[in-house]
Amino acid sequence: MAEKLIELRNISKRFPGVLANDNVSLDIEKGEIHAIIGENGAGKSTLMNIIYGLYEPTQGEILFKGKPTQIKSPLDAIGLGIGMVHQHFMLVPSFTVAENIVLGNEPKHKKLFIDYKKAVAITEELSETYGLKVDPHEKVESLSVGIQQRIEILKVLYKGADVLILDEPTAVLTPQETEELFEVIRKLVNDLGKTVIIITHKLQEVLAISDRVSVMRQGKMIGTLQTKDANEQILAEMMVGREVLFDELYKKESSKKEVLSVKGIKARDNRGLVALNGVSFNLKAGEILGIAGVEGNGQSELVEVLTGLREMEEGEFIVNGVEAFNKSPNEIRKLGIAHVPEDRLATGLSKDASIWENLLMGIQHEEPYAIKGVHINKKKVKERTDRLIDEFDIRTPSGDLPVGKLSGGNMQKVVIAREFSFNTPILIIAQPTRGVDVGAIEFIHSQIIEKRNKGAAILLVSAELDEIFRLSDRIITIYEGKITGEFLNGEITKQEIGLYMTGKHTEKAEGGEKVE
Amino acid sequence: MLKQVFNLTLLQHTIRTATPLILAALGGLLTEHAGMLNIGMEGMILLGAFFGVLGSFFFGSSLAGVILAGLVGLVIGLLFAVFVVDLKSDEFIVAIAINMFASGLTVFLLRSIFGVKGAFSSPDIVPLPRLKFPGLSSVPFLNAILNNHSIFVYISWILVVLIYIYLYKTPHGIWLRASGEYPEALETAGVSPKKMKYISSIACGVLCGFAGAHLSLGYLTLFSENMSANRGFIAVAAIIFGRANPIRTFAAALMFGFFDALGIRLQVMGIPSQFTQMIPYIATILALFIVTKRQIAKVKKNKERDSSAE
Repeated sequence: MAEKLIELRNISKRFPGVLANDNVSLDIEKGEIHAIIGENGAGKSTLMNIIYGLYEPTQGEILFKGKPTQIKSPLDAIGLGIGMVHQHFMLVPSFTVAENIVLGNEPKHKKLFIDYKKAVAITEELSETYGLKVDPHEKVESLSVGIQQRIEILKVLYKGADVLILDEPTAVLTPQETEELFEVIRKLVNDLGKTVIIITHKLQEVLAISDRVSVMRQGKMIGTLQTKDANEQILAEMMVGREVLFDELYKKESSKKEVLSVKGIKARDNRGLVALNGVSFNLKAGEILGIAGVEGNGQSELVEVLTGLREMEEGEFIVNGVEAFNKSPNEIRKLGIAHVPEDRLATGLSKDASIWENLLMGIQHEEPYAIKGVHINKKKVKERTDRLIDEFDIRTPSGDLPVGKLSGGNMQKVVIAREFSFNTPILIIAQPTRGVDVGAIEFIHSQIIEKRNKGAAILLVSAELDEIFRLSDRIITIYEGKITGEFLNGEITKQEIGLYMTGKHTEKAEGGEKVE
Repeated sequence: MLKQVFNLTLLQHTIRTATPLILAALGGLLTEHAGMLNIGMEGMILLGAFFGVLGSFFFGSSLAGVILAGLVGLVIGLLFAVFVVDLKSDEFIVAIAINMFASGLTVFLLRSIFGVKGAFSSPDIVPLPRLKFPGLSSVPFLNAILNNHSIFVYISWILVVLIYIYLYKTPHGIWLRASGEYPEALETAGVSPKKMKYISSIACGVLCGFAGAHLSLGYLTLFSENMSANRGFIAVAAIIFGRANPIRTFAAALMFGFFDALGIRLQVMGIPSQFTQMIPYIATILALFIVTKRQIAKVKKNKERDSSAE
């Protein structure tokens, strides 16, 4: 029997108004890969932050190697050999790789000054030992996410960590990068005797990498099992607390009438750099076109251009036969495009406004909700609000509640309810299930499919490949602002598509036109 | 005629007028690196000027004045940090409050302690010593410019170098920069970013206090209402112009000092003081305009580079 390294006993953590961890017990054995899974808000990150000393538990005790231990700050955790790779990388962008790795514990010369040469040597040595290639002199801001994650792991190892906590490490990676990361994790555990705790909500990854898996739900620990005894169905049920059906979605044959087309569009990002470099595609009624790509390759800008939120420099943009080049968001909406934006809090919703106000936005001046375009007809609005809350399963005590008080999943349902209720022939949907729990994902997916089956044309942008594959009829890949491939769903595997997403493969294309 | 303006005295004046800007800007660039733009330097300088005079007058020692000015700066810097770092107030609001408080308090104390309005001067205020380097007196040009300045002139130059080394060559300075750019990264590395922000704010207060003491005990030997005359804001401009790099900021402060001195020289020429006094401020506005232009040009250049790479 393996030695118990960390034992959490009856840990509770209360934030104002929320019990984030409720009487949680967990043990981590030396030399294992232990996955912690759960929906968003289940308390996984809180629990890990407690182990890492960023939060102090309200109740309960932590045992390290059998002895009760107080971990009051990250410094204590580091002292015990516990290191954490955060979901958002903790790297200073303008510093070099070497500077970031030694941050907080810099090698010195003459006791006063930083010994940069030694920092570089340390970085090279770590890089060698763990097989994680990095250039010590490069500035972090110019590196890809995959490389940044390597630096994070090296940083943690430099601090002498024997236990590595990885918080959603694959969320930002391509399938290839994920595979590479898993190789590294296996090497750390099998060859170098480290212990790894990995937080994730991707069930296949849990099954692929972990030895044991612990499931959390609503702040409670539901149970721990050997991964070999688990499967997706079991884990999903434990996570959600009821049966979840990942059924094949029924897709009706579509009409194939083209409703939207873009040709050679170019646009820049907020820094003035080229974000879209001649993107062309078309969208037909009754189909879902998925756009797959690693984040930051122009997807956000594409969605903004198509919804009038960003200026287009060149190109042709036709909606239902009407030229829509650089029309305003309002004009574009009138042409029949609804938009579920990628960031519900920044652009999708007004956090402090109530649910009914958020649901009304966009038609607040229209009959019958506004009497003569001025005065809001409360009765009609309430009817509509109640109907949408019911139809879209928004869990709230009342439509008067500020949207900001809802959970992520329910906020997203408000956005979707509003945009879907406009009954437009075209929907542009970005990251529809980001930060949303499994139950809500299931619901949102079924709503999207229903729209499709009713004949809507849907452009779906998602960082989740699973989502793209589950929903799309057709998939195009985008890399550095260019379309690198186009496929019918079923023609290509996730592994293969990863190569197109990273620009390693490009389909032969003439003038941006695609051949099916 | 030009000779009357552009002569050695102008350079000498430049160095003298730039010193309070240099001291304050060095403090302000520390908070800037720690992620806080401190426009409360104006008030801190003013308080430093007043308490410098107070200390010097009552204790009969300029050192006592400097220490008192530094202590008051320390307290205000601490206050700024408590509000901005711990209570999470808006840094501009806090800074404006400090400026208004300083302006009101000094006027009030001037009347209640010294019983005067407008300005207080007295032979009992001991000025800061001037340093004479005998070795320099034989070098004609340098002697006129560099020798025989108030002590803070030299201290400010040394501080430029020390702060540069601190920020870029010591771990502590690296933490300070990390605390402004990405505090979470520093915190997870086991160093408290709060602590770094406090340190920067207190250091800024002390340096502004010194800037004030130099103004009322080195540059002049008196205190007058609102004698900081927007130097705190010009220091902010110097920081922005120098992109918070100590050497560049020093150069920017010298430049602003030059325009200040130029204003004074032109006044000697008989140009109405209302116009000459505008010069440093006009220079500040122009400088900020140039910085912005430069940044826009940089973005454009990036654009061109991108499109040529296509």
